Amino acid sequence: MKALEFKNVSFSYRKAEEGKTSSFAVKGVNFSVEEGEFVAVLGHNGSGKSTLARLANGLLEASDGSVEVFGVPLSEQKNLFSVRKNVGIVFQNPDNQTVASIVEDDIAFGPENIGVPREEIGVRIEESLAAVGMSEYKERMTSALSGGQKQRIAIAGVLALKPKIMILDESTAMLDPKGRREIMQVVKKLNKEEGMTILLITHFMEEALMADRAIVMNRGEIVMQGTPEEIFERHDELETYNLALPPIGVLWKKLEEGGMPVGYALTPEDLAEEIAKCISKSSA
Amino acid sequence: MFKDVALGQYYQASSFVHRLDPRFKILALIAYIVAIFLSENFYGLGMCALLLLLTIAFSKVPLGKVIKAVKGILFLLVFTAIIQLFFYKPNENAVVWVKWWVITITDQAVFFTLFLLLRLSLLVMVASMLTYTTTPVSLTDGLESLLTPLKVVRFPVHELALIMSIALRFIPTLMEETERIMNAQKARGADFESGGLMKRAKAVVPILIPLLISSFRRAEELGDAMDARCYAGSKVRTKYKKLTFSWRDLLAFFIMAALVTGVVLFNVYLGGVV
Repeated sequence: MKALEFKNVSFSYRKAEEGKTSSFAVKGVNFSVEEGEFVAVLGHNGSGKSTLARLANGLLEASDGSVEVFGVPLSEQKNLFSVRKNVGIVFQNPDNQTVASIVEDDIAFGPENIGVPREEIGVRIEESLAAVGMSEYKERMTSALSGGQKQRIAIAGVLALKPKIMILDESTAMLDPKGRREIMQVVKKLNKEEGMTILLITHFMEEALMADRAIVMNRGEIVMQGTPEEIFERHDELETYNLALPPIGVLWKKLEEGGMPVGYALTPEDLAEEIAKCISKSSA
Repeated sequence: MFKDVALGQYYQASSFVHRLDPRFKILALIAYIVAIFLSENFYGLGMCALLLLLTIAFSKVPLGKVIKAVKGILFLLVFTAIIQLFFYKPNENAVVWVKWWVITITDQAVFFTLFLLLRLSLLVMVASMLTYTTTPVSLTDGLESLLTPLKVVRFPVHELALIMSIALRFIPTLMEETERIMNAQKARGADFESGGLMKRAKAVVPILIPLLISSFRRAEELGDAMDARCYAGSKVRTKYKKLTFSWRDLLAFFIMAALVTGVVLFNVYLGGVV
């Protein structure tokens, strides 16, 4: 079943002026995401990829075309609330999406909003924290956590609403390599084990390697679509959109293709460590 | 410089004081403040101080942290002390200790100044104890619960409580940001530490403007994040944390009642400070 579908969607932050097309942040976008699929949206700054996230859960309303979540159009106001329950967004800045000072109170915010009974909220907090591996941080202060931990709490806060689709809008952009890896591991686990539909919006090419499918955006339009492998093979074309796969990503991919299942790594140090682990495992 | 600001910070611990009902703690704070202002002599105030020390001891909050709150109003304290020392109007029983040029300092003025300083210090310390031992969320929960009767006159109690808890939540974030901006300005040669009052006030402008702009950006992003998490006002909202009075609150209530009664009795039988 189609979890998310964009049908010829256009959006402009300013009122459309006659004869001017350049003011569109998103222009004539068509794509769909199947339930349980992991799709990465790539693009450099200003390519319209973040606008896509906001359109997908009704934070922004399409100027033209329609967005459907599990077949329900977002254009009707009465659907908005039920759709938002299904589509969770994790934003870029971990500090600006935390509502409460204490971890459990912050995670409770979403369920409280939709009127979940008290006992059920407690259960959901436990489950969400376990899913992101932060159970022991339940009563900690959010301000004392690291960037990666804050972002995992943000994911838990979204999970507590039991969404079917999770959108990560550049959620790793402000994190250090360790934090980025933490988040990517959580996302991968959610997709593989819980069957969560993932829309990962990023400008880090290597993160897209994890996805089933990748979409490349440029100036508000979809310019490339396919498996990450297909996309990265067309590197000349990618470069015209100011995108390129870093050498570490290339190496990681080659190793995996060559039959060496190395753990996910974003930096040379991480990759070295993962290779070492892999070798010691196979020799043991 | 911002590390001295103690208000609005929570100290994590598991103690008798931490576990008190926030509604009770807010009411107790009000009662305590009333007791401080009712006290007319050092005995009453001493009793307030003793109770505060006991509270601190039972809360596991380090004494130094509470004293830091006083540092925050040091300027106010010094200012008040000077005014009181020089302008206190003594009665005819006063003993003059210092007489020089137009300045006359009497024993009464000294005692009264000390009394006032103790009063102000106790006030900020006890207020900081509330925020040290109560999480911002339970503080606002308590406030929301106490203000519930106002809903009858359509006062937006829930919204007010949410605004407060978000404000408290952003204090550490904005402090960090302020330090970052200050460092950035220092790196560009800005000087915050020298010069007169006017010069220093002017030096603050290049900090305030970026801070203000970034706060607006944060507010917008937070609004989006809240929308995305289905925030739609108080209509269908449930509460995760339930407030319940326990034996602790009853015990603490009797202690507070004893304090206020004690202060009044001291006033009646022992009279004023001078």
